[in-house]
Amino acid sequence: MAAAMDAGPTRLIRLLQLGQTEKALRAQGMWQCVSCQTCSTRCPKSVDCAGIMDALRQLSFERGVTTPEQQRTVLFQKAFLANIRRNGRLNELELIGEFKLTTFLSGRSVAFLLKDATLAPELMKRKKFHLVGEKAHDRAVVARIFARCMENSRL
Amino acid sequence: MSRIGVFICWCGENIARTVDVDEVTRQVAEFPGVRCAVNYKYMCSDPGQAIVRDKIVSERLDSVVVASCSPHMHLRTFRSAASLAGLNPYRVEMANIREHCSWVHPNRAQATAKAVQLIRLSVEKARRDHELEPIRVPVTRRALVIGGGVAGIQAALDIANSGYEVVMVEREPSIGGKMAGLSETFPTLDCSQCILTPRMVEVGQHPKIKLYSYSEVETVSGYVGNFNVTIRQKARYVDIKKCTGCGECWNVCPLKRNPSEFDYAMGMRPAIYVPFPQAVPARPVIDAKVCAKIIRNGCGLCLKKCKAEAINFKDQDKLVEEKVGAVVIATGYKLYNIGKFQDRPKLEGYGEYGYGKYKNVIDSLQFERLLSASGPTVGELKRPSDGAQPKSVVFLCCVGSRDNAKGLPYCSKICCMYTAKHAMLYKHKVHDGQAHVFYMDIRAGGKGYEEFVRRAIEQDGAQYYRGRVSKITEENGKLIVRGTDTLAGEPVTIEADMVVLANAMRPADGVEQLAQKFNVGYDEYGFLLESHPKLRPVETASAGVYICGACQAPKDIPESVAQASAAASKVLITFSASELTREPEIAKVNEDTCAACFTCLHACPYHAIEQAEVRTPRGVFIKRTARVNPGLCMGCGTCVAVCPSKSADLEGFTEQQIYSMVESLV
Amino acid sequence: MNLAYYPGCALHGSSNDYEQSLRACLGALDVQLKELDDWICCGATAAHSLNQKLAVALPARNLALAESKGFHEMLAPCPMCSMQLLKARKELAESEALRRSISEIVELEVRGEAKVLNLIQLFEAIGMDRLKAAVKVPLSSLNAACYYGCLLTRPPEVVEFDDFEQPRSMEKILESLGGKTVDWSYRTECCGAGMTMANEQTVLDLSHKILTNAKQHGANCLVVACPMCHVNLDMKQPNIEQHYGVKHAMPIYYLSDVVGLALGFEPEGLGVNRHFVPGVARSADLQVSKPAAGPKADAPAKDAGTKAGAK
Repeated sequence: MAAAMDAGPTRLIRLLQLGQTEKALRAQGMWQCVSCQTCSTRCPKSVDCAGIMDALRQLSFERGVTTPEQQRTVLFQKAFLANIRRNGRLNELELIGEFKLTTFLSGRSVAFLLKDATLAPELMKRKKFHLVGEKAHDRAVVARIFARCMENSRL
Repeated sequence: MSRIGVFICWCGENIARTVDVDEVTRQVAEFPGVRCAVNYKYMCSDPGQAIVRDKIVSERLDSVVVASCSPHMHLRTFRSAASLAGLNPYRVEMANIREHCSWVHPNRAQATAKAVQLIRLSVEKARRDHELEPIRVPVTRRALVIGGGVAGIQAALDIANSGYEVVMVEREPSIGGKMAGLSETFPTLDCSQCILTPRMVEVGQHPKIKLYSYSEVETVSGYVGNFNVTIRQKARYVDIKKCTGCGECWNVCPLKRNPSEFDYAMGMRPAIYVPFPQAVPARPVIDAKVCAKIIRNGCGLCLKKCKAEAINFKDQDKLVEEKVGAVVIATGYKLYNIGKFQDRPKLEGYGEYGYGKYKNVIDSLQFERLLSASGPTVGELKRPSDGAQPKSVVFLCCVGSRDNAKGLPYCSKICCMYTAKHAMLYKHKVHDGQAHVFYMDIRAGGKGYEEFVRRAIEQDGAQYYRGRVSKITEENGKLIVRGTDTLAGEPVTIEADMVVLANAMRPADGVEQLAQKFNVGYDEYGFLLESHPKLRPVETASAGVYICGACQAPKDIPESVAQASAAASKVLITFSASELTREPEIAKVNEDTCAACFTCLHACPYHAIEQAEVRTPRGVFIKRTARVNPGLCMGCGTCVAVCPSKSADLEGFTEQQIYSMVESLV
Repeated sequence: MNLAYYPGCALHGSSNDYEQSLRACLGALDVQLKELDDWICCGATAAHSLNQKLAVALPARNLALAESKGFHEMLAPCPMCSMQLLKARKELAESEALRRSISEIVELEVRGEAKVLNLIQLFEAIGMDRLKAAVKVPLSSLNAACYYGCLLTRPPEVVEFDDFEQPRSMEKILESLGGKTVDWSYRTECCGAGMTMANEQTVLDLSHKILTNAKQHGANCLVVACPMCHVNLDMKQPNIEQHYGVKHAMPIYYLSDVVGLALGFEPEGLGVNRHFVPGVARSADLQVSKPAAGPKADAPAKDAGTKAGAK
């Protein structure tokens, strides 16, 4: 994925080594990362590069350097976690709905909103479409877990 | 009553700035037994030594204590001075009031007091010093060289040309080592065999070199000047004295397709074979693992064809004894295994490069054989899968080197250079070919080395990419190499016809067992340990055993040759007299009180203690006793510590001396 | 065999065809699955991207739930779930302080005693011999490209499963079932993972490469063991075809699909008819038109050593 990044792992790690943390956090490269774990697996110095990408994402988000509005992936992940928090398990329709709506409202096109709309009947046909998703029974404990993990967090 | 002289050195400002030398002199002069105490600015200088000598004579001193720097610096100096003045050199003691005092304590009062105490200890010791004479050990002036590569060959020739006999033991059927298989060598692009084979022939024909080829060292006993070595001559099934090297046997052998060890499986050889045409000795060997006659009593064609009647299927391994006075270990290297099979737990191999899976992914020694004029493709560059000439070759550096995760953390030193060489030789053979080199850093520190690498880039058009390769796959007969160039910040994908991996240099197989036989240390990678990395690179902790070449650390041919000559010079020093002198500060067993429990024998790390018998002059047995071999003992004192009857003691550092030193402080 | 079952959100969501096929074939192999009571989402990509504590806590809670019910083994058929569970388990084992703090957060003592298995490991535990013996319909017409994706074999020190550069565990299963596999180059290359919604182009690009390479090496189908990979390669295949103007027509089977088919289930019973790219329509379609030549394409050899002819 490095080819698609403004700053790939080599550059990001080098910036960190040089103490240019801010510059690294402002980069968008780590949001293109698909967390395939190939980097850490291959590294001859056993550097946990995948872990560094995680840390960059987490810090960049926590410090408000990258906002959901700037970076669609952040928006998606944030919506995903909010969904889990509410339901204990992922409700796909709810997530897609929220994601599409929020993206549309922050300036994406109608085309984006409606793209994949044809997926709905295809999924329904295949009994893969759940209007109301599964929920965990004890959702309160999930909410408490989230609360404890997210103290002082932007989530 | 003792007559001890104490000489306190200022060492310029090094001691005198912190220690009040005048005060020390005053106090020390009061010690019982001290006849004179003087101080001087530089005791080690000529005038300083003159003071020592003069005082020895004028005060009729029987012991000398020099309070100055570490004995590692000037103990020899002061011992010589004492000798010149007629005093036994082993009655000289040194108190280290520099490294152990003035250099580590800032407080003047405390440092001065400590200096006084340090000198008190040395005075106590000196009081009980005895005269000692250096130990003389007879020397067998023959050398053993283990390994017949370029380092072993150089060492053997240097020693033999000095007039001493050399026994050379080589594991393979021929000498020549890895260098015999190379095509051209950096930085001169000399043909490797052309420069090596004259030396090989010289060794083979030298009147003073006894070559045991296809042999290994089995057991060793003894010590410097007096080693007893048992050598196993492996069964060749060919009598090399009768054999004329005519070649009828290997021409007629029906089992022609066995992967050739010399060609690293890039070519084939018959079951009876000479590894390469210029082999020394140029005599064949039979591979017992595949020979039909040996396995199931079939074939036997070579036996029928041999006019010299040199083939002997009843041959067996032979054990031969040799006595030598010094040993040079030059066992060389092997390459890191890139595949899954590894001989050490922390190594893993590189599955992502497809070595072993894709025929056209080969390692550097295999590429050398393809380049070599005497190689399996007779110097034409043909790739393994289909024999086509590769128009694009990718070279990967640092495969297994500088790798903490899957390989070895060190740098193998030679790969940057030989990769540049490979790129150049490739271009010389395939004019319309393109070489691509993936590197992390370029290490080209020798004479003409940097210029050599630049030549590969600027004149021979090798394209260098600063980055690693992440994966190699094969599509439609082409190898897809995916890497990166971090200088441009761009991914690089190359469709190559062939890939050459520069894998790490490791010590040869079996070197650890060999080292144990000689009491030579080795590091966690198996590289043999030198005495001192800077000042004694070819000596080992074992007296009389020397090392040279790649068995000590990764290195190139010029360095291996230089180290080989260095090791030879050490051997020649050992041989310079018919007797060796050793320092006499070794252990000694009081045979009267020894109870013959032999705890010391088992504790001794140098195997320097023997079981002996005490007999009357007529030969009547009185008792058994432990006895220290003065040739082997290194004076470590372990036996002294374990002896239950206090019969073992160290000359020059007796228990009595130690106890009285301790008591003097209390 | 009796083990806990952690489906994960995907298998109860749009990848419920995966659950259908694994329940069918495991049932036929006498494996009892007990769905973990009140399990919660493992956190997937979102948790480890945005909040480190959550990334450990969410899977840890599920580990604790399994332990509290006395389970020693738990099947997690989605590699994202299995990897996150294993990662949490490892991190908690390495730090007692972390273990205590996470146990407090999730309100359950997490000891990491339950082992987590992916689907391939479960089949390995069942054993190739048992699988061979249970084959009713050898998969002779399948020339499969086994696709592992990322998280079955990586990170190697977490999942400790198979050779992470050249894995062969799925191929072994296919071969035991009488199927053939191809040697191809994209077995462990990422399909785009969780980027399907947020960054669709990445998924299209990566998955297109995978499908193209599989076809180049002669595969007539892919076999996967991950619901995310399935979505990206199957549900998104029409999008890929449209974007690149290429017809892949490559059916994507779950590993449980091919096991089920070999055990004699009809494709419908396994949910194969619910894929986006049509797979085999009837069990009979799995037979080659001519009798198999060698033993490897035949029904499994019985101990008596007689070769069964192709049906």
